[in-house]
Amino acid sequence: MSNLKQELKENIIELLNLEEFSVEDINDNDALFGDGLGLDSIDALELMVMLDKDYGIKLTDPKEGKEIFQSIAVLAEYIEKNRTK
Amino acid sequence: MTKNSYIESYCTIKNGVVSLNGTSLFSEATPEFSAFIKQAAKQLDTNYPKFYKMDNLSKLAFLAADILLKNANLSSEKEHNIALLFSNRASSLDTDRKHQNTISDPDNYYPSPSLFVYTLPNICLGEISIKHKLLSENSFFIFERFNANHLHLNSRYLLNNNKAEKTLCGWVDLDENHYEAFLYLVGENGTINHNTEEITRLYKSP
Repeated sequence: MSNLKQELKENIIELLNLEEFSVEDINDNDALFGDGLGLDSIDALELMVMLDKDYGIKLTDPKEGKEIFQSIAVLAEYIEKNRTK
Repeated sequence: MTKNSYIESYCTIKNGVVSLNGTSLFSEATPEFSAFIKQAAKQLDTNYPKFYKMDNLSKLAFLAADILLKNANLSSEKEHNIALLFSNRASSLDTDRKHQNTISDPDNYYPSPSLFVYTLPNICLGEISIKHKLLSENSFFIFERFNANHLHLNSRYLLNNNKAEKTLCGWVDLDENHYEAFLYLVGENGTINHNTEEITRLYKSP
């Protein structure tokens, strides 16, 4: 699980061009949206594509995304339970 | 009513050099546009995290506009009616190609939302407007080459008809590692006459 969290932090920084963040800056329970990393709605769509491309998880309900993308810890747990690749 | 208008300032970004009113602010010899513009933004204190999320055309336009608007020392207390009149040759082709690459293989079909949103050239105008809180007229024209006359006429129309208090005009063209930005701010104060001859002279200056 800790490897997955590390991988997610690295991928999110690169994928979303978070120039001002490093892996060490992101705590497992930090909010990804709002006051945390300050991600926006386009970033949310990009994360949905990442789930499909890297882990074979297709999200169809936007409400589901809101819950899953709370933090790295919540996202990693969801991926562990639902990944197909 | 015809008003006197002047070119108050101008900014160019080309051949590895960022300059304001003919004075170099930053230079970097790298042939890679992405590396060049990233270094320029950091060196010139852009301080805008969203800059790094933009496509390359928006980064080019944004940096040139940001330099001019910061240099104008506009009051942050009031809203500024600065119209944007931009133009280029390659439209958003650079980003269009990158988007095409994400959808060309049916077995690896993952279009990127953050890339797709930049597949129009005028998106860069929105980025500038958001940062500088501009709720003004804006247009993006596609021409084969720099068209001083068209920009001049449009700018005069907006100023003479009180559609804008100033205009930010010019050329921002980018395709892969070829890039060229020339933006100028037109208003009631300045020493350079606002006419096609002067616009062309500044555009062609090294």
